[in-house]
Amino acid sequence: MTDDQAGGRQAPAAPAIELRGISKAFGPVQANKDISIRVMPGTIHGIIGENGAGKSTLMSILYGFYKADEGEIFINGRKTEIPDSQAAIAAGIGMVFQHFKLVENFTVLENIILGAEDGGLLRPSLSKARKVLSELAVEYELNVDPESRIDQIGVGMQQRVEILKALYRQADILILDEPTGVLTPAEADQLFRILDRLRAEGKTILLITHKLREIMEITDTVSVMRRGEMTATVKTADTSPEELAELMVGRKVLLRVDKVPARPGQTVLEVDNLRVRDPKGVERVKGIDLTVRGGEILGIAGVAGNGQSELLEVLGGMRPGHGQIRLNGTPLALEGPGSDGRARRAAGIAHVPEDRQREGLIMEFHAWENVAFGYHRDPAYQSGPLMNNAALLRDTQAKMQKFDVRPPDPSLAAKNFSGGNQQKIVVAREIERNPNLLLVGQPTRGVDIGAIEFIHKQIVALRDQGAAILLVSVELDEILSLSDRIAVMFDGRIMGERLPGETDERELGLLMAGVSGEAA
Amino acid sequence: MDRMPKWADVVLIPLISLILAAILSALVILGIGEDPVAAVKMMVSGALGSTYGWGYTLYYATNFMFTGLAVAVAFHARLFNIGGEGQAMLGGLGVAIACLYVPWPHWTLALGGAAVLAALFGAAWAAIPAWLQAKRGSHIVITTIMFNFIASAVLNYVLVNVMRPQGSMDPATARFSETVHLPTLHELLAPIGISFSKAAPANVSLLVAVAACVLVWLLIWRTRLGYEIRAYGHSETGALYAGISPVRITMIAMLISGGLAGCMAINNVMGEAERLVLNATEGAGFIGIAVALMGRSHPFGVFLSAILFGFLYQGGAELALWTSIPRELIVVIQALVILFTGALDNMVRMPLEKLFLSLRKGRA
Repeated sequence: MTDDQAGGRQAPAAPAIELRGISKAFGPVQANKDISIRVMPGTIHGIIGENGAGKSTLMSILYGFYKADEGEIFINGRKTEIPDSQAAIAAGIGMVFQHFKLVENFTVLENIILGAEDGGLLRPSLSKARKVLSELAVEYELNVDPESRIDQIGVGMQQRVEILKALYRQADILILDEPTGVLTPAEADQLFRILDRLRAEGKTILLITHKLREIMEITDTVSVMRRGEMTATVKTADTSPEELAELMVGRKVLLRVDKVPARPGQTVLEVDNLRVRDPKGVERVKGIDLTVRGGEILGIAGVAGNGQSELLEVLGGMRPGHGQIRLNGTPLALEGPGSDGRARRAAGIAHVPEDRQREGLIMEFHAWENVAFGYHRDPAYQSGPLMNNAALLRDTQAKMQKFDVRPPDPSLAAKNFSGGNQQKIVVAREIERNPNLLLVGQPTRGVDIGAIEFIHKQIVALRDQGAAILLVSVELDEILSLSDRIAVMFDGRIMGERLPGETDERELGLLMAGVSGEAA
Repeated sequence: MDRMPKWADVVLIPLISLILAAILSALVILGIGEDPVAAVKMMVSGALGSTYGWGYTLYYATNFMFTGLAVAVAFHARLFNIGGEGQAMLGGLGVAIACLYVPWPHWTLALGGAAVLAALFGAAWAAIPAWLQAKRGSHIVITTIMFNFIASAVLNYVLVNVMRPQGSMDPATARFSETVHLPTLHELLAPIGISFSKAAPANVSLLVAVAACVLVWLLIWRTRLGYEIRAYGHSETGALYAGISPVRITMIAMLISGGLAGCMAINNVMGEAERLVLNATEGAGFIGIAVALMGRSHPFGVFLSAILFGFLYQGGAELALWTSIPRELIVVIQALVILFTGALDNMVRMPLEKLFLSLRKGRA
């Protein structure tokens, strides 16, 4: 692809951003290899790629967190050195991070001036910011109450504050890193309207995402990254999701999960009036009833933080709860002895936890140690008073081969595998136990497309063997394509149940936002 | 990808830290107008130049092995046991009770019995902070420090009011009987024709300490319990996920830790003093922290750094004895070693990591 395809409006003087031959290596890992892009002002340019493809590194170079080993950056046609984020801000670049960098107990206004105060006294800065903010609100339809505290406004609003922060610092170029990860579909739509407005006002936007749908919906041009290289830059109008996926992975991928209709059998899991309080005493799960039968996948949709994690953790034995759960008719303890992860595993419940780095794996442990994690009491792994390391190694080698873990090196520490391969280790460990019930939380978060396909196939295969599967995911696509039934959680309650063939993202999105089925 | 090869992490960093500490110590010695080269010679010959010197070096090292292992085991469960000092004091009480009130027929049995009682007393002293941590969330660093003071007060009371022989003015127990006398290195080595200083206090406890290093290695790296301790130490939520009880691991790790610290008493109380005196531990519990830090919480590292600190202790004592370098300066030198190997670890580590990264890139 040649450069002059970027943009598409009447040939403006200079690109807003131009990168020439950017390379960056971390030790032996070449994170960015000779990357060149040109982004015309007043356009939205998408950057898409698998995890570890080097998107974040590239953006960090642009924002001054890393220094490129080679290459040049031109902003509005002028060669610019960006040694730190102050320089990036001075060059008119603003960044909205995936994890917001806001002070929770400050007001919107205080957050906006933080780091950009004029002088030692706050009052003049605050009143100036208040004025600028009201102008920005009119200009871009970015309405936020400046006096609200961050912890009292929703995630979508918090993101607007991040955008306002950048605009307040007079950014003409906005970088958004996975901006819709924490938003409901409706909030994402609002965000896209804002981005549209910003583009119309001449701002340049770099959108980093792994969601093909967003790229297709909002961007003018899109660059695809794979293994540190920019493999293609195309006009969005000239491409298709399938083509982009292929460019990202390097081979054809199945975007929909290939599965036969479920043949549900006996009820495996019954949950009656489950209530869960967090350690602070706040009720997170407020009376849930659900059942999962053998041979079916029940998907729980919902925006992160609406009680799904707590539901999984109670079922997995990680925290206490109240109510009743039965597995194949046998009640399971919800607190006290017999309610821990060990008892759950003994009952035949396997658990792929939401956070593989903090829960599912010990990052410093070797792969062969992690393959026993949770099942380390299995007599097969013991020899006398000691652990049978040889047996563990053999087991790990077999699982690595079957689940195509790369590199297939059992003595590598978990932290040295890519996200997708880490997840494969967890999934292999849990699925190979042939559980009655598999709990799965965010199975493909931070996992590359190729591995997503593989992990989805494994989950469906386990279902077809007759296991009951409870899937929690914030990715609606994943819920829609994997589930045989869908329950939507909002504020600790189940808002409704739908069949994937008889619903769509819009209806689920309303349920996720707390609009009940009857009203919708 | 690891940032640098393992040997660099295990060998190079402690070595460079040590050299830096040595250079700074040399400057301090120069600063007070003494000759650092002569001081080093004095330390080496005093600590390693004779079997007498070795006898003291190894005696101190034995103490530090026990307390270093104690800190290391707790550290694998991410528990910072600062209470080795108090646990070792209580271990001394256990040893004294075993040696004074039980008519042992032979020293081997006495050693076993005293070690068990020492470990029980040390473990019991660690159990209370452990329980407070596990059940109530009271920070173990704070509670174990406080328990050091309580242990000191308890020993004071017991030695003055309970165990002091009638008529004695000395707050110490009576001397243990001859049958519980532990063979010194002199007595152990004489039958095989090696002559070892008769005056040096190193004794058979050294072998127990070395055995403890091996056992702790087995425990941490080869058993299921060690696996659970390490898993809990790396990630508490991970442990919860795997059905590993945080309360159980906290208790067990601290009991083992306290037991090891308590076992130090078979060396200093039973092997050397042969009675329990006030402040018998002489700060060895705290040195154990530095030993574990420098030894990277690995039993073999603990073994090596215990010997290093034994050398510093004995060499330092010689220095204070034969030169005008004051005793306080020896403490300064020891503190510098602790500072560089423990607290300032990253100062050496970060440049070294960068160096290895660029080396590797050069090759790629």
